[in-house]
Order: sequence, then structure tokens, then C-alpha cells
Amino acid sequence: MANDIFTDKKVDHVKGSRQFIADEPHIAFHDKRLWTLRDLRDKEAHGIAEWEQLRELASAIKSHTLTHLADYLEEFERNATANGVTVHWAKDAAEHNRIVHEILSARGVDTLVKSKSMLTEECNMRPYLQDRGMTVVETDLGERIQQLDDEPPSHIVVPAVHKLAKDVAEVFAETIGTDRSNADPHYLAEGMRQDTRPYFIKAGAGMTGCNFAVAETGTVVTCTNEGNADLSGNVPPLYIASIGIEKLIPKMEHLGVFIRMLSRSALGSPITQYTSHFRAPRAGGESHFILVDNGRSERLAMDDFWYSLKCIRCGACMNTCPVYRRSGGLSYGGVYAGPIGAIINPTFDLKKYSALPFASTLNGSCSNVCPVKINIHEQIYKWRQIVVEQGQVSFVKKESMKLAGKVLADPKRYRAWSSGAGKAMASLPRAFLYNPFNAWGKQRELPEPPGQTFHQWYAANRKPEQET
Amino acid sequence: MSSRDEILSRLRGAGRVPEALPDVPLFDENLPPALDQFKTALARMGGQWVDAPADGLDAWLAQRFANAKVICSAVPETAGTLQVHTVTDPRSLENVDVGIVRARFAVAETGSVWLSEAEYGVNALGYLAQHLVVLLDPAVILPNLHHAYRQAAFSQARYCALVTGPSATADIEGVLIRGAQGVRTLTVVGMRGDFLGVGGGVA
Ligand code: SF4
Repeated sequence: MANDIFTDKKVDHVKGSRQFIADEPHIAFHDKRLWTLRDLRDKEAHGIAEWEQLRELASAIKSHTLTHLADYLEEFERNATANGVTVHWAKDAAEHNRIVHEILSARGVDTLVKSKSMLTEECNMRPYLQDRGMTVVETDLGERIQQLDDEPPSHIVVPAVHKLAKDVAEVFAETIGTDRSNADPHYLAEGMRQDTRPYFIKAGAGMTGCNFAVAETGTVVTCTNEGNADLSGNVPPLYIASIGIEKLIPKMEHLGVFIRMLSRSALGSPITQYTSHFRAPRAGGESHFILVDNGRSERLAMDDFWYSLKCIRCGACMNTCPVYRRSGGLSYGGVYAGPIGAIINPTFDLKKYSALPFASTLNGSCSNVCPVKINIHEQIYKWRQIVVEQGQVSFVKKESMKLAGKVLADPKRYRAWSSGAGKAMASLPRAFLYNPFNAWGKQRELPEPPGQTFHQWYAANRKPEQET
Repeated sequence: MSSRDEILSRLRGAGRVPEALPDVPLFDENLPPALDQFKTALARMGGQWVDAPADGLDAWLAQRFANAKVICSAVPETAGTLQVHTVTDPRSLENVDVGIVRARFAVAETGSVWLSEAEYGVNALGYLAQHLVVLLDPAVILPNLHHAYRQAAFSQARYCALVTGPSATADIEGVLIRGAQGVRTLTVVGMRGDFLGVGGGVA
């Protein structure tokens, strides 16, 4: 399933989540760990009086930037170039990968150390470079675990969150030679540190993604905890940053708003250990910035979905989502999982990702935690309508929705279904809620049906003036 | 058409109605005392605060890092065993046990210190060293990130970082580990002094 990310194969979120759900300790840990992050986020948010004001500001700054994006990109390019950085433009993943390969091969570089970057995942860059004889080493612990296990990240902030320590012990024993029987996270992290350090020294180039790109100064900002982005950017002589064009913000002073919320929303910490600003090459060094579109300009033209470009990839919507927490990121079959993935992935390929907008309870929790106030659940709902209109919904789903639509649209019929509650609950709602499209329902039971519906209670206790 | 022009023209043709840029306030009312808040925030992020050592920096270093072989200094307050201005290749810092730098300023809200190529001498010092000691004048602690990002230093440095505690990870079962890929510990020493810059070396 994991390796289907870069094929056209239609993603079956339910099947994917079923595999994940099959293992009780994994799902229990996953659910708990992500809920802990959500809790920590809440405490941090409540500790800042102006939190809601910051969200408003962040959202408005992004709206402004996105509606002037071409201008800010030109300003960024102008300033970065004046700073001595070489700026490249890539309209899609293929062009991005080609540019990276050209920069590296022209300088005889055969080893690249890189920091976590969802954009390079999106471009499937690692296999591209490896096929051309390059060694590419992920240096973020979670991302390295996923690389060594030949799986994509399952979460945009904590890429290996779906694995238990014993799984990591297995992967590391197979690949970097740690002791299979030792699953102590400290031991495993130290094993990875020892294995990775020599690559920083050996590598001819280092690469990072970009959390924010500041037009005013031509600066690329990375927010990381492990020190690996700064090692990648400061040890090898050549530095490359991959930048999604939506990462632009106008000025340095706007960073204050976003940096105050990013790590608080992601991990519940006031800031990441390192907030790093790459403006110009080191004396004697060389820097390249690649501005990547890969579908973003098309998304900007979508009236309903362009807001999704405000996303700062904090992962808060994933941590709070009951479907994501209980189905695991890999089941989404795309680079972006969870609620944000359910919006973004269909903009890449509606047919392939038509199941994702249904992997949601539409409870709105994602929109409530989003630091840039993206109306996530409304966009998911929009996608559902489009998926249905475009006939991407399978027969069973269509039939159950038609049935539900009829029943819900007709009060008499609804009441007929829902009175005699026990019988009805056993048929319609189960079939409706627990059909194979609702993975969330798999792990839940409906409450005992009440002895009396509200309507029956109302009828018994009040004399209705008229039947509705 | 080049990819650049194609992207720009697609963005311009996306049909988005221009929206205004809001003003960002400094949010600096009712702030707690800067030094206290800095110490609390630093501790939370895994950093350690030390008051200026009574018997001098060298004595403190000798005691705190008794087993250190290579102490690389980028400050005038101590010579260490290696002076960063003699270093020409960042990769040669691989064996540094302790790096010593002075921060230009700090941020109370987050417990961060601000360092750039001028403070590091060689940027890699802050990441390849096993331990980092940062001298900080308590008089240069700004209240929050809004104040910090109005410092001109950000638009002058080639590279700069807000460093907040040692490197860390929680990628395996959420267990917090200090000392991921970068430094294992970060100690901030409250010592008056001016930032002088180290000069030389490959910044
Ligand atoms: S959509 Fe919002 S909450 Fe989700 S990752 Fe993006 S910024 Fe964070």
C-alpha cells in the first residue's frame, strides 16, 4: 500500500486502515500519542491571551500573500539573487528533481544529507537521485526510520509515529546493525546519531525544506528540533533548499506570528529547538533555492480550495482527527495524510484520492485547531459533493448515500426508520454508519438505542398543534 | 516560456482578489520580568542556566566538562584548546567536545538565544560540538518574538538561528531525548560583556 503513493492506483483508505487497525497495541499507542500532542497544543494555546488574534493575523497575512504571490516570489528571487544565492524555478516534481540532480552532478557530489521536507517527498526525489547513483541520507530520526523501512512518512511532523520502539529496533537491526533485542528509544536514537554523523562530514551537499520564505530579505526559514537541518546547511560546502511557492511571507516581522504558533500547534512546545534563517551562502560556500509549483498555482485558481495553500504543516488537524488517529497515516496513500491530506491530495488526483474526503466525521475539530484558520471540514464537505457529482463514488457508497439522502430528506420515512428504534438501529444506521467506507465506525459501537425517540416523547408529552 | 514565467503567469491568472496585509502589534503589555521568563522557558526546552561563575569561566569549564579534550572558543573570555578563528573547514570541528559562543541577544518568551556566523565564527560549531556553552548578557533579553523579528540583525546575517536548548527528538514512541543530531547539552551562562565578533575563519 505504502508504495502505491506514486502510482495511479485508487487509494482504498478503508482497506489501508483495516491493516493498521488489525494490531491493537499499535492503534492504541497511535491514538494516545497523537491525542497527547493535541492536549499539549491546547495548553499552549490557552497560555497565550492573544492566541485567537494570532490565528486571525496568520490567516490574513497568508490571504494577502497568496493573493499577491507572483509579486512576492519576484521580490524573493530578486533579494536572494542579490544575496548571492542561485534561484531556480520548477513547475513540477520532475523539473525539481532534474534541477537537484544537475546541481549535484555538475559538482561531482555523490552524497546528499537532507533534512525532512514534505516537498521532496511530494516530488519523490530520493528514488530519482538514488537511481542516478547518489546516496541520499535522511537525517531526521523519524524520517530516517521511514527511509530505512522503505515507507513514506505517516505524519508530516512525526513521520514514524505509527511505529512502536520494537518496530524501530527491528528496522535498525536490519539496516544499521543495532541490537535487535534492545528497544530502548535512547539506545536507538543514539545508534542513529552514531550512524548518521559520518555522513554529515562526508556529504558534498546538504538539503533542507523550507517552513517560511521571507520576500523582503530572500531568507529561507527552517523550524526543526534535532539539529539536522543546521548540520545539513552548515557542514557541507553546498546547500540546497526546496521551497513550495506557497511558503512565502512578506516580511521578517511576520515571522513572529507564525513562529509563535507553529511548534505550539504541532508539538505543544513554545518554539522548536532551532529556528534557522538561511539568507546568503557562507563565505566560500554555495547556496541554491528551488521554487517549486507542482500543482500549487492550479490550486490557487480553485475557488473552493485555494485556502488550503495557507497550511503551515503543523499537523494539528491530524492529531485531533478521530479518523486519522485510528486509521494511521499510511492508509491515506498520499504524501499528506489526515484532514489536510483529504483536501490537498484530491487536488493532485481526484480519481485516485476520491475516498479521502469520506475519511472524516466532519466534526470540525480540525478547523478549530488550525493556526491559520483553514476551513478544513468545509473543504472536505465540498470535495464530497464534487466526488459524487463526478461519479467517483462507488456503487455501494452511492446506494447507501442515496438511501440515507431519501430517508433524511423525508421526515415521515425517517421516523418510520427510527421509531421501533431497536429494529431500525440494527438495520439502517449500522448499515449507514458502519459501511466499509467509514473506517471510524469500525472501532465504535452505537449507544444502546433509547426506548423512545424524541419524536415519540414529544408526541406523548405535548399535543402537537400540527404534524410537520 | 520558461517555468518561471509560466508559474508567475498562472499565479497572476488565478483570479484571486487582492486582500490587505494586516498590521502586527508587538503584544508587549503586562509581560513578566525578562530574565525570569527566559530562565523558565530555557529550562522547559532542556537548556541550563548558570550565573556568572565566581572563580572565572575557565575554572567552571574545567569542572563542568572535566573529560573534554577539545574545547573550541569563539569568545574572548576563554581561549579553550582551539580558537575558532584558526578553523578553515567546518568539517574539522567533528571532534569538538565543547563549543563556546556569545549570543547577540535572547528572547524571554521562548528561552532562545540568537546566534549568527559572526557569533559562531564557523556555523558548524553550534551543531557538530557535543556540548554548547552560550554566554549571554542578561541586559539583552527581548520580551518576545515580535520584538526579536524587528531586529535588523536578521536581515544582515547570512545565516542566523534562534537556538532554544539542545537538539532533541521524540520520534520514537514519543520519548523525549535530548541530544538528537546536534549538541547534547546547551548551557547559558549569564555574563555581562559585549559581543565583539570573532572575525576570520570560514563563517
Ligand atoms: S491544515 Fe492547519 S492544522 Fe492542518 S497541518 Fe495545515 S496548518 Fe496545521
